[in-house]
Amino acid sequence: MNDGPALVSIMRQGSYLIASVHTALDDSQMIRFQEDLVGQIGGYRSRGVIIDVAALDVLDSFGSRTLRNIAEMARLRGALTVIVGIQPEVAFSMVALGMGTGSVHTALDLEEGLAYLGSQLSVSAIRGVGLHGV
Amino acid sequence: MDRGQQPENRVQIPIRVDADIVTARRGARELAAKIGLTPTELTVLATAVSEVARNIVRFAGSGQIVVELVDQPRRGVCIVARDAGPGIADVEQALKDGYSTYHGLGLGLPGARRLMDEFSIVSEVGRGTTVTMTKWGREG
Amino acid sequence: MDESTSVDVEVNGEEEQSAGERHEQSELLPQLVAHLREHRTRLRQQWVNRIHEAHLLDAMTPQEVAAETTSVYDNYVEVLETGSVEALQHYARDLSERIIPRGVETQEVVSIVLLLRDVLARSLFEKYQRDFAMLNRVLDAYEPAANRIANTVAGSFVDERERVIRQQQDAIRELSTPVLPVRERLLILPIIGVLDGERARQLTVQLLSGIRTHRAKVVVIDITGAPDVDEVVANHLVQTVDASRLMGASVIITGLSPEIAQTLVTIGVDLSKMNTIGDLQGGLEEAERLLGYTVSRQEGVTG
Repeated sequence: MNDGPALVSIMRQGSYLIASVHTALDDSQMIRFQEDLVGQIGGYRSRGVIIDVAALDVLDSFGSRTLRNIAEMARLRGALTVIVGIQPEVAFSMVALGMGTGSVHTALDLEEGLAYLGSQLSVSAIRGVGLHGV
Repeated sequence: MDRGQQPENRVQIPIRVDADIVTARRGARELAAKIGLTPTELTVLATAVSEVARNIVRFAGSGQIVVELVDQPRRGVCIVARDAGPGIADVEQALKDGYSTYHGLGLGLPGARRLMDEFSIVSEVGRGTTVTMTKWGREG
Repeated sequence: MDESTSVDVEVNGEEEQSAGERHEQSELLPQLVAHLREHRTRLRQQWVNRIHEAHLLDAMTPQEVAAETTSVYDNYVEVLETGSVEALQHYARDLSERIIPRGVETQEVVSIVLLLRDVLARSLFEKYQRDFAMLNRVLDAYEPAANRIANTVAGSFVDERERVIRQQQDAIRELSTPVLPVRERLLILPIIGVLDGERARQLTVQLLSGIRTHRAKVVVIDITGAPDVDEVVANHLVQTVDASRLMGASVIITGLSPEIAQTLVTIGVDLSKMNTIGDLQGGLEEAERLLGYTVSRQEGVTG
């Protein structure tokens, strides 16, 4: 993505990658985003991925499928994905369309997404020690 | 003095490449906003337009989408997505969820139908496909 | 060139004639516009007088009437000149936004515009009274334009009224179907009374918006107060649960009667996948557990 202002930004935060979509992406751009992100997940050996779609005004069947694909490829590379920022109108439309995120976890926003990854990926969680909070 | 069809009630978008899908749904959203659809209704509409526009790009190569504001029998937005592509042999099948040809028609048509209030499709193999769908504004 | 605008000319002849007429109109309108501009002050005042005589716009002060009539007059003439109603539509919507809250009725607005049309028409009569043929042609040019203007203004006014009414209806609906933020990150949506598809849809939209506003992690939908639910509404309920999850909120449904449970099963809902609890109290306790307000043996599970 090196022409014009960035459509997407991918930032690294420790063992997490935070990918923010800044504007509506067409199908080709979505595919490039998928390739970039999955490449970085592998390259950085990330354990957690947050995809922030707050700026998307539409999440149609292709968009939803792509997000699910990203999460699956991330999983194969050992990373847990959470999708955040789905807007009320978009959530409504996705469900009316008959789409969802499948088994990919969703959270309200970046803060919640980080909390989720933290709770799922912390060493204590792996060991099975119960912690309060979700 | 009469200028005929007012351009401000209608917009026509050629559909050929991926980027046109985004153009089409933006155009639909902007036009439909003029008749007071809610943000949710606008997003539902844009999503339906996205689905049929993608069908055109994937299976017909090119076509057009016309977005028109209508008044009868009540206020609404009418979308006509037209292409001169290969056409669909079995429309009924195509409207079932999960139907997938080699190219994968996927959720496009049944999804769009679920999102809109009126939906009809006419297709002829070798000649093309026309999808006509309408979303009404709320009463009063 | 004399009154040969007869109706029984054959088709081709008629077409040629309209083209000729149109050409004439485009020559006449600039004359007309110039005349209306030249006598602007006098004609506007005549119009204002007639507005007062008809007891219209009583809700406005004389200064307001002066200001608005000036704007309308100028816009009117501009439409005659340019043929484009866009500027007029814009102004009319603006004006409607201002005067509707003041209690001005659609009939008033229509009457006022028609009064202007008449005042201007009469002034044309005066100017061309010595040339009857010319007067006819000028009126032929003026009338369709004037009617279009009247329709545009009335149309814009009605649109604006409808928009205001819709807004008010939405506000009323929102007041009557509250989404309650009872605790941090917890929303309750009590469903009371009979639901139809439209209201159910509204509730979904309100709930989703509430999830964003209040950053809710758990939503309790209490349907104790809903006597029965048809398949359409049951579908909306399921969609509400799914859409809430997409926004990261878990949904607990309380007060599920056996009848409603049956309806859900009928439409293919897997009740074991829904988090349903007998009563609201139980639902709230479960919600608090999920939110971690009480010490629990196991981690809360979301989504």
